[in-house]
Amino acid sequence: MMASSYNAKDEDGHHPGSVGSGGPGAVKSKKPDNTAFKQQRLPAWQPILTAGTVLPAFFMIGLIFIPIGIGLLVTSNNIKEFEVRAVAIATSYSCECASLNNRNSPRTKDFSNVFMYYGLSNFYQNHRRYVKSRDDSQLNGDKSSLLNPSKECEPYRTSDKKSIAPCGAIANSLFNDTLELFYIHPNGSRIAIHLVKTGIAWWTDKHVKFRNPGENNNNLSIVFQDTSKPVNWRKPVYELDPSDPDNNGFINEDFIVWMRTAALPTFRKLYRIIQKKKDNMTPTLPPGNYSLEVIYNYPVRSFDGRKRMILSTISWMGGKNPFLGIAYITVGSVCFFLGVVLLIIHHKYGNRNNNADIPN
Amino acid sequence: MARETGESGETKSTKVKKHKRRKSKKESKTRTVHANILYDHTKGGDNPNRHYANNKIKTTKYTLLSFLPKNLFEQFHRFANVYFVFIALLNFVPVVNAFQPELALAPVVFILSVTAIKDLWEDYRRHRSDKEINHMDCLVYSRNEKQYVEKYWKELRVGDFIRLRCNEILPADVLLLSSSDPDRLCHIETATLDGETNLKQRQVVRSFIDLVSFDPFKYNSVIECEKPNNDLNRFRGYIIHRSGRRDGLYKDNLLLRGCTIRNTEEAVGIVIYAGHETKAMLNNNGPRYKRSKLERQMNVDVFWCVVILLVMCLFSAIGHGLWMFQYGDKRPVFDVLSPEGTDLSPVVSAIYLFLTMIIVFQVLIPISLFVSIEIVKICQVYFIHQDMELYDEETDSHLQCRALNITEDLGQMQYIFSDKTGTLTENKMVFRRCTVAGVEYSHDANARRLAMYQEMDSEEEDCTSHGGTLPRRDSVTSHQSGKVVLRSQSTKSHRRTGSRAEAKRASILSKHTAFSSPMEKDITPDPQLMDKVNECSSQMEFMRFHSQPLNQIPPDLCDIFDFFIALTICNTVVVSSPNQPRQKVVVYYPPGQLGNFLEELDELLSKFPEDGTPLVLLCDFRLSLTNLQFNRPEHDLQHAFSPTPPNFEKTKALAQDECELRYEAESPDEAALVYAARAYKCALVGRLPDQVTVELPHLGKLSFELLHTLGFDSTRKRMSVVVKHPLTEQITVYSKGADSVIMDLIRPATDDCKGKRQRKILYKTQNYLNLYAADGLRTLCIAKKVLSKEEYASWLQHHLEAETAIQRREELLFESALRLETNLQLLGATGIEDRLQDGVPETIASLRKAGLQIWVLTGDKQETAINIAYACKLLDPEEEIITLNADSQEACAVLLENSLHYIQAKFLCNPRPDPQAARDYAGIHFSSPVCSPASSGHSSPFLVHRLGLVIDGRTLAYALDKSLEDKFLAVARSCRSVLCCRSTPLQKSMVVKLVRNKLKVMTLAIGDGANDVSMIQVADVGVGISGQEGMQAVMASDFALPRFRYLQKLLLVHGHWCYSRLANMILYFFYKNAMFVALIFWYQFYCGFSGSAMVDQWYLIFFNLMFSAFPQLITGTLDKDVSAETLQELPQLYMNGQNSEEYKPYMFWMNMIDAFYQSLICFFIPYFAYVDSDVDLFTWGTPITTLALFTILLHLGIETKTWVTLFFTVALCYNASCPTCFSPSNTYWIMQKLLGDPIFYLLCVVTPIAALLPRYFYRACQGTLFPNPVHMGRQLDKLPVDMRRIFLSQSQMKLGSLGSLFAPRAPFFPLCGPFQKDYRPRVKQTHMSGTKQKEKAIANPIPSKSMEMRDTPLSSKNSDNHITLNFRMQEEVQSCRQGSDSPLPENLHCVKEPSSPITGTLPYTKDTPGSRTILDSTGLEAPLSPTDLCQVELLTSTPLLPQTESMQLMSPPRSCFLGQKLDDEDHSNQKSLLKQAGDVDHTHSTSCLQEHSLKTTFL
Repeated sequence: MMASSYNAKDEDGHHPGSVGSGGPGAVKSKKPDNTAFKQQRLPAWQPILTAGTVLPAFFMIGLIFIPIGIGLLVTSNNIKEFEVRAVAIATSYSCECASLNNRNSPRTKDFSNVFMYYGLSNFYQNHRRYVKSRDDSQLNGDKSSLLNPSKECEPYRTSDKKSIAPCGAIANSLFNDTLELFYIHPNGSRIAIHLVKTGIAWWTDKHVKFRNPGENNNNLSIVFQDTSKPVNWRKPVYELDPSDPDNNGFINEDFIVWMRTAALPTFRKLYRIIQKKKDNMTPTLPPGNYSLEVIYNYPVRSFDGRKRMILSTISWMGGKNPFLGIAYITVGSVCFFLGVVLLIIHHKYGNRNNNADIPN
Repeated sequence: MARETGESGETKSTKVKKHKRRKSKKESKTRTVHANILYDHTKGGDNPNRHYANNKIKTTKYTLLSFLPKNLFEQFHRFANVYFVFIALLNFVPVVNAFQPELALAPVVFILSVTAIKDLWEDYRRHRSDKEINHMDCLVYSRNEKQYVEKYWKELRVGDFIRLRCNEILPADVLLLSSSDPDRLCHIETATLDGETNLKQRQVVRSFIDLVSFDPFKYNSVIECEKPNNDLNRFRGYIIHRSGRRDGLYKDNLLLRGCTIRNTEEAVGIVIYAGHETKAMLNNNGPRYKRSKLERQMNVDVFWCVVILLVMCLFSAIGHGLWMFQYGDKRPVFDVLSPEGTDLSPVVSAIYLFLTMIIVFQVLIPISLFVSIEIVKICQVYFIHQDMELYDEETDSHLQCRALNITEDLGQMQYIFSDKTGTLTENKMVFRRCTVAGVEYSHDANARRLAMYQEMDSEEEDCTSHGGTLPRRDSVTSHQSGKVVLRSQSTKSHRRTGSRAEAKRASILSKHTAFSSPMEKDITPDPQLMDKVNECSSQMEFMRFHSQPLNQIPPDLCDIFDFFIALTICNTVVVSSPNQPRQKVVVYYPPGQLGNFLEELDELLSKFPEDGTPLVLLCDFRLSLTNLQFNRPEHDLQHAFSPTPPNFEKTKALAQDECELRYEAESPDEAALVYAARAYKCALVGRLPDQVTVELPHLGKLSFELLHTLGFDSTRKRMSVVVKHPLTEQITVYSKGADSVIMDLIRPATDDCKGKRQRKILYKTQNYLNLYAADGLRTLCIAKKVLSKEEYASWLQHHLEAETAIQRREELLFESALRLETNLQLLGATGIEDRLQDGVPETIASLRKAGLQIWVLTGDKQETAINIAYACKLLDPEEEIITLNADSQEACAVLLENSLHYIQAKFLCNPRPDPQAARDYAGIHFSSPVCSPASSGHSSPFLVHRLGLVIDGRTLAYALDKSLEDKFLAVARSCRSVLCCRSTPLQKSMVVKLVRNKLKVMTLAIGDGANDVSMIQVADVGVGISGQEGMQAVMASDFALPRFRYLQKLLLVHGHWCYSRLANMILYFFYKNAMFVALIFWYQFYCGFSGSAMVDQWYLIFFNLMFSAFPQLITGTLDKDVSAETLQELPQLYMNGQNSEEYKPYMFWMNMIDAFYQSLICFFIPYFAYVDSDVDLFTWGTPITTLALFTILLHLGIETKTWVTLFFTVALCYNASCPTCFSPSNTYWIMQKLLGDPIFYLLCVVTPIAALLPRYFYRACQGTLFPNPVHMGRQLDKLPVDMRRIFLSQSQMKLGSLGSLFAPRAPFFPLCGPFQKDYRPRVKQTHMSGTKQKEKAIANPIPSKSMEMRDTPLSSKNSDNHITLNFRMQEEVQSCRQGSDSPLPENLHCVKEPSSPITGTLPYTKDTPGSRTILDSTGLEAPLSPTDLCQVELLTSTPLLPQTESMQLMSPPRSCFLGQKLDDEDHSNQKSLLKQAGDVDHTHSTSCLQEHSLKTTFL
């Protein structure tokens, strides 16, 4: 007769522990567990910021930063950098030769590689629509994307009903000047300096991110036959470097470098590497006069742009940039100064607090 | 006190049938219920009940299909969600899109799905509990099987007959048709509905009373009743039998769903309302939603964020337009055309860009903030629940948070409104003393016993009863089975039902029956009174034996007899016996022999055609009937006094465990009185609806025929019973009620001798009553009245009319009761003690130290309330009390005006009556940033004086009038404590509302009974005490506490934590997002305002959700600024939250500025580090992201290391994952590359440091230069444990020194007064332990000095400060003594001089010119003395002196100088004094000012 549920509950009530009030286990107590977590007693470290406690930190920072800053500054100053601004003056497509005179020539006694950069200023490679205007899967060698590039590439997606390869505004605006460097021997002869074209792009870019379509087909012209070249280009993508099949098509390193859009409107991009001499005895670029030959293709006038050529060695911390050293020194000194201020404050007021606070 | 007997008058009305009005009502307003068995179940077409809801309940919100649309729809009610969806959709527009459209949806989808999953889970839980409930069994009569069969609850239909067994839970609202109980009663426990654990009686419908066994097949009546409604205390209808006869149905016939059947073996009923139409379900409202103050504040800042966002977007858009414009027609290669190839004009593209920027900058609006806050709050609630210290062992209950979203409000309270009874006190009523017929019986032994109980307080709950095991078992059962139903009751909130069950269980565990701890039951009788009782009853027995009329007994004995009879029967106590748990004691009396004449009357009346009988005729008939009834006294007497009742055996057996009879009362003082009477052998042994049985010594059992019960209500403040006295056969009215009302109704007999005696009694009793009240006892007066038959008959006639009236019935009954309760004869009075709960004074003291204003609103009489207030340290003996008792509006106005003047006069600079002036005042004096809180509410503490305000209910009613409320508030807020006595529930809520709305402060109301519900609902935070008086308060509350003292930890610790955690978290969220967005904003200057971002869009979108939100959540949940111990020891830290110091409007802007600064650093250091290099967009942007993250996390603190690594891990995985996806911003291998780049590390070190430097420095300086109290608390925490203990133990003394550190907050410590008092004795203690030298030095000057300080205007607010000063003085004096001799005498002199007034608590109270000169000498001359010189020096040593100084100006001088003396003095006297005192004060004030200026010049 009795509903079963009630019987069951009665049985619960019969539980032996239920005798006596509050007997342990009688009724499952609602008493919360006494654990550190539930009672919010987890160990914690709560720094109290007073002049006294932060003093050491400030001095420490000061003492550490200033030497680091000096070190950085020295390192940066050791880097040789040479810049040719004149390059940008020319406007025409004609060939111009800028010869560099004696005084300005890079005189490096370093035996390391010298990196050759081209620089552009006022070129907004970071413009939102510009940055987007590419098709990564096309560049990765995807066949379908090759023929049907992403919409992001608009309006540089198709021309003449053929898809553009590589599509998009970035590729379209590829920097296509040619720079050549000659050493003017004291005897007057011009010796062309060997500029290495490869190794200027990230390894991952060259080998993973960028791939030519049609895996093993060495004949790129067939692979790209159904595509058209970007509007501004003079030659199709498979003729970027006909001499070296490993540096042609999408995996052309100049192209890859260009595709890595610069962060700021004034930027430089690695162009060539002047490799150090094998014997390690003569400097990479011996002191002397050099001349730079530029084949002008790239218009910059329309946007007030400037072109530059930079020769630079690099150190462990990259290119020449004294800023970081200065920043370290500045922050270090400010910390030190504030430390002193705090010390004064601490002396004047800190003690009083403690006295008042803690009875003797 | 909650009494729910309001409608008990209805009980009687069942005996009358009159349904004329009912009939005329439209059919549509009623529900007609037929028995289901008349109709075939299979073809339900003709069943008239088919339209009614069935018993299946479904509390879920969604079904599988409707979940998605419905849930989304609900979520889009939140504005933020709509905004985010709008942004996401905007992203789908090609011209403006900033991110991949799908990606932009991610955060919104994430947020929505988190909420949806939460909702889904909750709904699933509801579904499961619904299912469980729907599948519970009950016995339903089956038409086919012709017997009761088990069915699921959900199969129950309206019109079904169900059989209920003992301890079964009612599945639906059932009309009781039959009961196994011989009296045709059914007892139910309604704990699940209202939390009341006492049994309630329900009666079988009258027409079925005579049926021995109910046969469903013979039932063929039709029930007509009201439509389903949610009024638990009302049910009306009638049952129409086939014969055409109608019987009324009342709430006493209805068993409500969720109740439990008790003491009744079997009952049969017909289902009237089922499922969602039951009253219990209709009563279920969803959880309350309150918006906390912090959230309101936050919303303002969210709005500001929107403004900032728009400004930034606009700026970018204009920038972009200009950038475009500068190129003119020459289109650079990098300015890509729109996808359509069209060339956009600068203006158009600027407009597009504006929209784009909104998307890019969307992070500024903290999308995850809303979710995070909710999560954090849930965690906070969890932790509050888990707090061991908020767990009450005794009742096995812990704190319940019923409102989930206002935890942080707990940290911001400013006013507490408390009920007294049951909240401050235990609500365990203990009979203490009584006075009968003008003789006081002091019950000394009883007092001693009580004192003993107090000592062994902890053991009071041990099992003294023999039946301990059985009832427990039973109660456990009931609890568990109850729980199931409980869940069924909840439509929306599970929390609520859980709490109900908990509370119920708590009450069951703590005591087996309601209101009867041994302390309350075992009353030691007063020997004197005992003797008299014995004498009286033996005389009575003698007289009865000799058939002498009883009125020969001396009147005082007679009074004693009546007094105890009244105590015993004038109540609604139900008797039960413990070894038959919750079973009524079945005592059989020959039924019907005593003759229930009303019943007969009913029978007779029913023979008349209902509508035809003229009323006059009816009345005549009744009169004659009454006479008829009284003509058979002998017969009745015989039975009443029969020495051996027919069932003697049984009674005797029962007599053995008579002492175990349990009384279950609706209010504890009823039980207390019944137990008291029992101690005098006048025991209540049985109660039936129409008969009360009392056992008396010598006389044996006496049965009183209960003619009427006029239940207690809060307007009448009394209850009465009308009985027929079995000995004298007189119709007697026994009344019991508040002394104020009863005393007014007493009419001494006109005849000389008797009248004289009665007047004397009246006078004496009044005296004793005053004494009782002064002792803090609750007083009740007992009175009686003997009605002549004629009187009774004429009253009865009216009363019956009232009872049968359908409209205005309550009013008519009320009037009828008023008519009866006149010309009473006073019997005596009782004093019941209601002990204070443990720790109440301490809690109040510490809450007050925390800056909370505590008002007590009670229904008790003024004297009692004041005494309790003193007992719990709410009022201080040293403070003045303004008492407002007015008889009229005008008087009240005058009183308020006077007290206002008085306060003004007394506390010189108090220009409050003129609000303009007040504002000026505030403007002038509080202009320093520390003490110029924006809202007006904050200024109130400045003006609180050492005054207590006592106001009674009537005056309160006048004062709450629109015209006076401002004045009332002005008076009330300047008083330190306010006590409202005799206030009705409505007044309570009005007071709360008034304070809340007018002062713009955060209010907390705490109470335990039904009368506090309205107040609890009105307040910002309502706290219910799950105590003795049912659960209404808990139901209405946001938080439920087992004890008042837990309020301390709840507010001071959890409130503080919740507030500071949330406040910091919100600020941090704003900061974090602003900082991140600003980075992108700066970048716009370098990308032609094209809306480009150097941060990868994934980071950009998930930054807010993942990388930075989790650590914040963890700190938001677990962060502890100050430890719980310190928070409790130093309640002052609570002011932090009160003044909203963690989150002030300017802080938002400070944070914004800081964010912008930090983002500048984080942007430009990498910028310069990488400028003019071959860095590409994301190789550059990723370090910036990292740096920002570092900065943000370092900013946050210490727990975040793990999360930094999270970012790296995610970044590495992400960057390595897929070389082609995530176009266009392919970030393949960037992180890997970066990790090999030393510059990255160098940047990571220098940037965050540079970025955080200012804040770090600021914090350090703040920590040293202007530490706030919280800071000090943290410092305290830092100390090793034993050190801290030492410190905290001395904290009372040392608080002074802390106070000096808190100096900038000094004005926020208006209530340091009590502390000072505490401190004095302790000082002595410490000195005892101190060195001898010190002892010596301190012994003399200190007390006197501190006294002197009190006089100066300085001392009133900054007394803390001065205590330190005193200590320093000590040392100074000491050093002086040790050093040079010359300054010493002067010092001592100066110090000693004012010591003379100390004893007299200050000279100018006396108002003598002489003392005034003393004052002047201290006030004006002292500054010139060396003492003050050194004092000034000491002052200068506080860095914050200027602040303190400015405080002094506005802080009015201490008020205590009027002190105790005035307390004792007459009120009028006081007033005359006041004026003079005021005058004095003015002179005094000027002197203060002069002194002050002197001091400043010294400085």
